[in-house]
Amino acid sequence: MKIAVDRAILLKALAHVQSVVERRNTIPILANVLLDAKDGGLSLTATDMEIAVVEDVAGVTVIRPGRTTAPAATLYDIVRKLPESAKIELDHPGGEAPLVLRAGRFVTNMLALPVEDFPSMTEGKLPVRFALPAATLRGLIDRTKFAISTEETRYYLNGIYIHVAEVDGTPVLRAAATDGHRLARVEEPAPEGSAGMQGVIIPRKTVNELRKLAEETQDEIEIRLSETKAQFKVGSVLLTSKLIDGTFPDYERVIPRGNDKILRVDKKEFAEAVARVAAISSERSRPVKLSVDRNHLRLEASSADQGQAQEELDEGNVEYSAGPLEIGFQARYLADITEQIGDKVEFQFADGSSPTVVRDAAKPEALYVLMPMRV
Amino acid sequence: MAALCRDCGSQEVPGAACPQCGGRRILRHAELFALTIAHVDCDAFYASVEKRDRPELAARPVIVGGGKRGVVSTACYIARTRGVHSAMPMFKALALCPDAVVIKPEMAKYVHEGRRIREMMQALTPLVQPMSIDEAVMDLSGTEALHKAPPAVVLARLARQVEREVGVTISIGLAPNRLLAKIAVERDKPRGFAVIGQAEAAALLAPEPVTLLPGVGPAMAKRLASAGFTRLGQLAALDAKDAARRFGEEGPALAARARGEDNRPVRPERETKSVSTETTFEHDIRSLAELEAVLWPLAEKLCRRLAAKDLAAGGVVLKLKTAGFALRTRNARLPRPTLVPEPIFEAARALLAREADGTAFRLIGIGAQPLAEARDADTPDLADPDAPRQARRWQAMEQLRARFGSAAVVKGRSLK
Repeated sequence: MKIAVDRAILLKALAHVQSVVERRNTIPILANVLLDAKDGGLSLTATDMEIAVVEDVAGVTVIRPGRTTAPAATLYDIVRKLPESAKIELDHPGGEAPLVLRAGRFVTNMLALPVEDFPSMTEGKLPVRFALPAATLRGLIDRTKFAISTEETRYYLNGIYIHVAEVDGTPVLRAAATDGHRLARVEEPAPEGSAGMQGVIIPRKTVNELRKLAEETQDEIEIRLSETKAQFKVGSVLLTSKLIDGTFPDYERVIPRGNDKILRVDKKEFAEAVARVAAISSERSRPVKLSVDRNHLRLEASSADQGQAQEELDEGNVEYSAGPLEIGFQARYLADITEQIGDKVEFQFADGSSPTVVRDAAKPEALYVLMPMRV
Repeated sequence: MAALCRDCGSQEVPGAACPQCGGRRILRHAELFALTIAHVDCDAFYASVEKRDRPELAARPVIVGGGKRGVVSTACYIARTRGVHSAMPMFKALALCPDAVVIKPEMAKYVHEGRRIREMMQALTPLVQPMSIDEAVMDLSGTEALHKAPPAVVLARLARQVEREVGVTISIGLAPNRLLAKIAVERDKPRGFAVIGQAEAAALLAPEPVTLLPGVGPAMAKRLASAGFTRLGQLAALDAKDAARRFGEEGPALAARARGEDNRPVRPERETKSVSTETTFEHDIRSLAELEAVLWPLAEKLCRRLAAKDLAAGGVVLKLKTAGFALRTRNARLPRPTLVPEPIFEAARALLAREADGTAFRLIGIGAQPLAEARDADTPDLADPDAPRQARRWQAMEQLRARFGSAAVVKGRSLK
């Protein structure tokens, strides 16, 4: 295999694939990237056996077709350190010979593991196909990702659950995540082809990789699903991932209906006040207490060792007409949710100890549920 | 000034001796009948128990210790006069006190006697916080109406009861808070009863070295000394702001303690770090299904034990002993604290499935660790819509069993 490519092109492609490679790896071949040069161009593949990323790289001159592997982190690091306008030549004569990289007066030999050792992740049949605009997919991920659980025992919570549901006779595509303390649910009109799909749980690492890829495009992202795998085509990158094999809880049952005490508060003022008040305590799980009364909100936090802090918000920023209420939430949970909200946060309370619904007053498609803490 | 004869409990003691019983152990203190926090410490406990059981040793120096580590566990007060103290290597102790009678510790006996004493304390107040098997803190506030006597009287009575029924002596420190009670008990031992009142606390502590405070060890003392602080009075004079500036976050608390202030509550049953239950099989078991069948009733039993202690399981420990007596313990965190057998069983079952590889086991046990407070158990869980119902169902079944006997309702699983 012998190719010539501009540094910028190779760097971008390597950036996409190398982040899949696990830093600490017990299987040496998984630390490598597969380079496959055909007449049509070069493709790069990296996998951790759960996720595989294949990138077709355009703008490569294939001098001699062939396949080889290279240590992903090292190759990426070298390419990154080459001068911006460098022209790179990758040359592998075959067999056990090292891979040679030349760029101007720089040259390096890298150990190339046998191509045959590189695992291929078979995707099987992926019968469900639909497409989402990149912005829509970003929105689904951003507004649910923070609620993904890291708990090992309930592994089925370690991802985003995507499924199709019907709301007032109209099919919607839903993304949901929960760690038991908070829940995030976002819905979008169901795209063509998604009808009848089975719910799938996309693992956290895949979600993170997908989010990075979706950042770079405004185009549609093609999605294909089976019962065990998901595939995402983002521009020239094909991301294939195993799904979490488990049953996501029937979360609709925990979403309170009819919480009738409505608080609307300006997002910026609220989020900043929460951050200020919570700073008094270094203990992450300490609650921030919200005391609401007619068009008035007091935020309060305390720490046994460090003292107490409070801040008042009123009429200019607060709308509330129900009876007085006191409720506590973990500050970080409030921050995670408000970060996803535009100008106005809407809280729907039942009482001081029941699950609370939080919404973006202007965007009904996203819904959050928060468990209060004892204060 | 309030007075009390420790020997007969009389409160009419104008002079040095009690007119009732002639006893000379008289307590006299302005705040005597207002103080409620007591630190109770058994005197040379292991050695005292041994002397009780072997009266011929009464007048001889006795050292309990040796065993594997070859150090002194407890030295009786006679041995202490020769300079022997606990944690001292045995060879050194014997060099100081060659005529000592060395007794190997018999822990089961001390634990048993320690429990008897603790039960006597618990009969007086639910707020008994054990510090070790022979030491505890008691909060007697609000018990005056119940006992028809102030705490000081009740405590003197306790000391007499322990001497009479257990045959060992205790020392008592009575004060307005835990810190002062601890300092008090150290001031009058053995068979002592020391009182520190609120009014005198600051003046009493001021001349003392900083190391008097529990928690101020050599390293801390050095740090304080390098800042010019060697006496508690110097620390006590610092206001919170100054203390924080000099000694960081813990500064204000340190200054407060130097003034004799302490608001730590007495928490009962602190020594409970795990609650567990286990069973040994008649015949060794290999099959997962059979092991699971034994596991379920253990999970139920564990929940009852937790409930009885007002605790909940924050995690599960599975204990297995192989036919060859090899011990295996495996842990799992629970998603949230619980008092219901299902999640405990499920977590333990997952651990068990990995161990039941055909090995023959002779014992299985299940425990709760870490422990959580019962009031934090089975809170609603957004990822488990059935959790609250599961908890209510278990509570309802428990209530039925309490009324109609343990066989009134059983889960289908336990009939297998």
